[in-house]
Amino acid sequence: MHIVVCIKQVPDTKNVRIDPDTHTLVRQGVESIINPFDLFAVEAALQIKDSMGARVTTITMGPPQATEALRDTLALGVDDAVLLCDRAFAGADTWATSTTVSAAIRKMGDVDIVLCGKQAVDGDTAQVGPEVATLLDIPYATFVKKIEMLDGSHLKAVRQTDDGVEVWKLPMPSLLTVIKEIGEPRVPSLRNKMRAKKAEIPNWGAADLGLDPDSVGLRGSFTQVVRVFSPPRRSNRIQIEGSVEEQAEQLFQYLKNCRVPGL
Amino acid sequence: MKALIDKKKCTVCGVCSDACPAGAIELSEDHVEISDDCTLCGICVDTCEFGALSLPKAGTGPADDLESYRGIWVYAEWREGEVHRVSHELLSAGRKLADKRGVELCAVLLGSGLQASMSQELISYGADTVFVVDRPELAHFSDEIYSKIVVELIRRKKPEILLAGATSTGRSFIPRVAASLKTGLTADCTELDMSDEGLLLQTRPAFGGNIMATIVCPNRRPQMATVRPKVMKPVKRDGRQGRIESVSLPEECFAGRIEVLEVIPEKDQTARLTEADVIVSGGRGLRKGENFSLIEELAGLVNGAVGASRGAVEEGWIPPSHQVGQTGRTVAPTLYMAVGIAGAIQHLVGMQGSQVIVAVNKDPHAPIFDVATYGVVADLFDFVPAFVKRIRRERGEGA
Ligand SMILES: Cc1cc2nc3c(=O)[nH]c(=O)nc-3n(C[C@H](O)[C@H](O)[C@H](O)COP(=O)(O)OP(=O)(O)OC[C@H]3O[C@@H](n4cnc5c(N)ncnc54)[C@H](O)[C@@H]3O)c2cc1C
Ligand SMILES: Nc1ncnc2c1ncn2[C@@H]1O[C@H](COP(=O)(O)O)[C@@H](O)[C@H]1O
Repeated sequence: MHIVVCIKQVPDTKNVRIDPDTHTLVRQGVESIINPFDLFAVEAALQIKDSMGARVTTITMGPPQATEALRDTLALGVDDAVLLCDRAFAGADTWATSTTVSAAIRKMGDVDIVLCGKQAVDGDTAQVGPEVATLLDIPYATFVKKIEMLDGSHLKAVRQTDDGVEVWKLPMPSLLTVIKEIGEPRVPSLRNKMRAKKAEIPNWGAADLGLDPDSVGLRGSFTQVVRVFSPPRRSNRIQIEGSVEEQAEQLFQYLKNCRVPGL
Repeated sequence: MKALIDKKKCTVCGVCSDACPAGAIELSEDHVEISDDCTLCGICVDTCEFGALSLPKAGTGPADDLESYRGIWVYAEWREGEVHRVSHELLSAGRKLADKRGVELCAVLLGSGLQASMSQELISYGADTVFVVDRPELAHFSDEIYSKIVVELIRRKKPEILLAGATSTGRSFIPRVAASLKTGLTADCTELDMSDEGLLLQTRPAFGGNIMATIVCPNRRPQMATVRPKVMKPVKRDGRQGRIESVSLPEECFAGRIEVLEVIPEKDQTARLTEADVIVSGGRGLRKGENFSLIEELAGLVNGAVGASRGAVEEGWIPPSHQVGQTGRTVAPTLYMAVGIAGAIQHLVGMQGSQVIVAVNKDPHAPIFDVATYGVVADLFDFVPAFVKRIRRERGEGA
């Protein structure tokens, strides 16, 4: 059993604050973390490895420093990691990212399960997982909160939707995007930390993946950002003062004026 | 490739360098240098007052034959035999775009045992034509079959735009449609417009709603977007006329590799966060699990759903399906009430798109107040009962 987990390095929101006046991002320092949903995906892979044995590989398409994110997953018990790094990959939209990531998975050849996070918290698109599956022509299930192996060739995925829960049976290979309920990520063991420090992490560029540089990165993207701006400022907050009865009365009147349904 | 800098306009003020999430903008004595760490996110472009920064152009590949694509489509969703509200919203938004462009607006309705009244309803919200595919295999949603059908319909009829709701269904299968057709897709848009050249201007929040980006898909068709529910306004016109076309498709469209074993609807109505108009959320300030009854009572009174911070979920006071925030759900109701929630950034990113935000917290410096429309500095154990009493009085109910 070979499981590939796709991870992404994102800016750490702990160091991000919203400027109360301008409502824009304020950042101190530039730290990166592994996208929190991707840590759940790594955890899901390691749970399968614990229960039935599996080889787990993490991959990420990103700048050279994304190696650190991969190393962190090795410290958790992941077996191998591959960095997909090339100047040609920069500026990729979800299509171009999926083109690159799926080419790497295809190159590995023997993959049974691909795991992704539900979404990356910087772009919030939730598109890369399904698009990678489409390019690999394998089935997928999104928003998975529980995975159960059925036999050598099928798995059961429990999905959380807007309206409830769905249980799907998928043949392998297939791709799953996971959410928090999969289980809290474990902490690294000392042994794995040592191993992670020394591990060689190979880098595959466009040429290694047999990709035309024009089909990846910004050049290979179908969508284009034409404008980036700060969201319109919220009208200033109204502070509600007085005794709790007065506060309750004021809030009630304000909400009635806003025509909030149910009031 | 990296962001481009116009040295003539740059004043070396350093604002972009502070704003860059990748730390890729280096300031020296007399100029600004962008390193290879640039991820082309575009945040610096917005921060520069002098217009010195820009992004290189994307998608230089050969343009598809764009002229042969015409008309705007909306994927119509339903739940338990009822058209989903997001489809009303999308048809109303699509109507405006179609009128501006002078083209037809069509709805695509897939399912099993669909009522004719559903198609009629789609017409009343703006559709000129409804394409219906009605087959037993479509009783339960699955990404593969649903996307195959939409792909086949698009290949046949060539619409220039496809819109779908950014619901768990839309966000699941629409990426498969886009990737199969080799076209661009913009997720979770909150604003749509049409340029004079017929480009769909798709605006969406990124970085947890702290940045807005407008995105286009210049060289591929259809242009595709999922749109956040409850943002567009539904407009119904009774007596509108339209055409209903039942489409038959080859058998292979109905075969998939996924088997839906079970569908368990959420019985707890208060956990239906994404659909709710009002959400009342509780945090660690509640101190005990039992105290969630305060939140539930208030939510019940205003027909709202019950949300929670991760703090409260971690304490085991409420199941994770109620969690709002970065690792929970992103919500944008008409009214969001945060009770005893500090307002960590991971919580804010999941709810700051709400129309009206009320924060109840005894700490006047709690960051939740930074995003609140109305801030109530009070002990929740005093305030919530008083507020409940006030609502009850209005309805002539004794306390
Ligand atoms: C990777 C990652 C992902 C995360 N994802 C999420 C997420 O999705 N959603 C989320 O919510 N959090 C998330 N968090 C956690 C987040 O950082 C906070 O820890 C969490 O939101 C805190 O919950 P809280 O506000 O309920 O608790 P606290 O921080 O303990 O705040 C409690 C608040 O209640 C107030 N209070 C106390 N008593 C009273 C009273 N009697 N009356 C009125 N007010 C009172 C206090 O003043 C305080 O402001 C995430 C964290 C990480 C690292
Ligand atoms: N650059 C990348 N490299 C590897 N995996 C990625 C990358 N970007 C996104 N993913 C995966 O796709 C998921 C969804 O990302 P997104 O579509 O950007 O919201 C993430 O949780 C990752 O598992």
